[in-house]
Amino acid sequence: MKKLFRLLAVCTFCMVMFAAPAGAEEAEFDEAYYGRFRGAGISINVFNWGEYISDGSDDSLDVNAAFEEVTGITVNYATFATNEELYSKLKGGGARYDVIIPSDYMIARMIREDMLEPLDFSNLPAFANIDEKYLDPEYDPGNLYSVPYTAGTVGIIYNTGSVDEPVDSWGILWDERYTGDMLMFSNSRDAFGIAEKYLGYSLNATDPNELRACAELLKGQKPLVQAYVMDEIFDKMVAGEAAIAPYYAGDYLTMSESNADLAFAIPKEGTNLFVDAICIPKGAQQKEAAEMYINFLCEGRVAADNITYIGYSTPNQAAFALLDEEIQNNPVSYPPDELLENTEPFLALDEETGRLMDQLWTEVLTTDQSYNKWLMPVFLIVAVAFSIGITIARRRRKIRDTLR
Amino acid sequence: MKRKSSALSRIYTAVIMAFLYMPILVLIVLSFNQNKSRGAWTGFTFDWYRKLFTNRLILGAFVNTMIVALVSSVAATLIGTAAALGIHTMNKWMKKAVRMLTYIPIMSPEIIMGVSLMLLFVFVRTELGVPLELGLLTLILSHITFNIPYVIFNVLPKLRQMDSYAYDAALDLGCNPWQAFYKVILPEIMPGITAGFLMAVTYSLDDFVISYFTAGPTSQTLPLAIWGQLRRRVSPEMNALSTIIFVVVLVLLLVSNLSSMRRERRGRKAVRL
Repeated sequence: MKKLFRLLAVCTFCMVMFAAPAGAEEAEFDEAYYGRFRGAGISINVFNWGEYISDGSDDSLDVNAAFEEVTGITVNYATFATNEELYSKLKGGGARYDVIIPSDYMIARMIREDMLEPLDFSNLPAFANIDEKYLDPEYDPGNLYSVPYTAGTVGIIYNTGSVDEPVDSWGILWDERYTGDMLMFSNSRDAFGIAEKYLGYSLNATDPNELRACAELLKGQKPLVQAYVMDEIFDKMVAGEAAIAPYYAGDYLTMSESNADLAFAIPKEGTNLFVDAICIPKGAQQKEAAEMYINFLCEGRVAADNITYIGYSTPNQAAFALLDEEIQNNPVSYPPDELLENTEPFLALDEETGRLMDQLWTEVLTTDQSYNKWLMPVFLIVAVAFSIGITIARRRRKIRDTLR
Repeated sequence: MKRKSSALSRIYTAVIMAFLYMPILVLIVLSFNQNKSRGAWTGFTFDWYRKLFTNRLILGAFVNTMIVALVSSVAATLIGTAAALGIHTMNKWMKKAVRMLTYIPIMSPEIIMGVSLMLLFVFVRTELGVPLELGLLTLILSHITFNIPYVIFNVLPKLRQMDSYAYDAALDLGCNPWQAFYKVILPEIMPGITAGFLMAVTYSLDDFVISYFTAGPTSQTLPLAIWGQLRRRVSPEMNALSTIIFVVVLVLLLVSNLSSMRRERRGRKAVRL
């Protein structure tokens, strides 16, 4: 019954939203600042992760529509799936983007390769909302190029129905009791990150011997792993097909909405603290309008709606203050400082280390698959024999028919 | 003996059908699931359909996809038909050579085509100074490029089947060349042109690889938008949209099949008369 009421409430709210889209917002945002380009027919191209901005569903703010309403600037919005995809699109040079949102290590790499435009902070008054903790990060010393958008940690998601011991260490991913019940990252950086932390190395280790030790550890884990996946984790964990999986804290919150048995732990060995930040790439043609868009994303109410939609943690203090108390006190999204002490961001690896990691990761994924070597040839031979058999049988029948 | 084999073949057909249509069925069922995940069924809802029509990103991508598919396949049909007419009148060796050249875009991996088109567009902009940004225009241009061969190969066989003297006869009987083409040749090759057009629309609708390289910030198509959601999760609105597309295509197919069946029946009657 309660659910029904909530549904009804949502429905009516949506109708209200349809009737008066973003009507009351103008008073909330500084017209002197946002109104500068009204009527100039400017458009900006925004390139963001998929499902990574509040789009007006569930009575939230449709950020892009609201921005267009407030400023009169048209937003062309496109999405990407990986940092590497973003990088290659920018390097390809065919397309012009004004606002991009890469992750920390990719920002470091782009800064190194001179692909980002320094920001004009006098044009970003709302930058003051960003929490000090997130200023001057390692990936962008001095905060010259980026404004933090979201943050989050990687931890262990587990099903309390099958795991009854308290989880506090990456060690559980090597526990044979859970053979076949655990999932693992399918991307090399995150998977190596877990091994590195478990062995007490840095997430940005460049020593080949340390990386080899990690690869050995990951090979040892392989027989226990049910599958190497990324976004399939959502469905598998919710459906109870797997009991343990390392993943991002924000996504755990989404999963726990559908399955209350799931729990989340940040291991004591430490983990990765990632930040996705907003930048302007070199070659942007509407830099000032792009900065206006960034500033809009930093406005407390906008950032609060965004973070509610995304489910990650916000580095924006004004937005944090607007969140429900329940979320503010949620140790998954906003872990206490002592847990964060061990965390470390990913930095850009040098080319050699990156290549070694990719090579070792391929090795990890291809060990123990020798039995597969014979599968394909045997299958082929059977298929060929089968088709030959059919042909012979058919020919024989034909001969018999003509004899008759 | 005969009955047994027919039961077996019926089972076989059922299995193949299930194999083909189960995924779509699952998708349709999930588009009504209240929960965002495929793992848990929590109740029946039309929410995703309602949200779909307010989701600017998905709707924008859908509109882009339709524009690109229609514009590019119309253009490709015009160019391809003209090309097929030209190829048809070539001598034997030229014909072979041109056919070979036309095969190359079909045979070569899509990714090569995508990358080379992207490089071409970047080259045109940076070296030749033409202000051609990656966007809707480049996307349509590249879709026309890979659609032309399909039209040519659908029209050419029709031209070959046609009586080669029909055109001359039309001229003899008082048509001017344009009328001869319009009244005699075009109706003969029309089935080929339609097939080529439909094929072009289909290929354009579900192309991902080439679009991936040639689309810009203002022209994201549906396949690209779905791909963009892979880091987090594909939103259930996509299930709803896919369901709608599937139903629309199904209805269109049914209507076109029924009308062609009716036409056939009428044709048979006419013959009998």
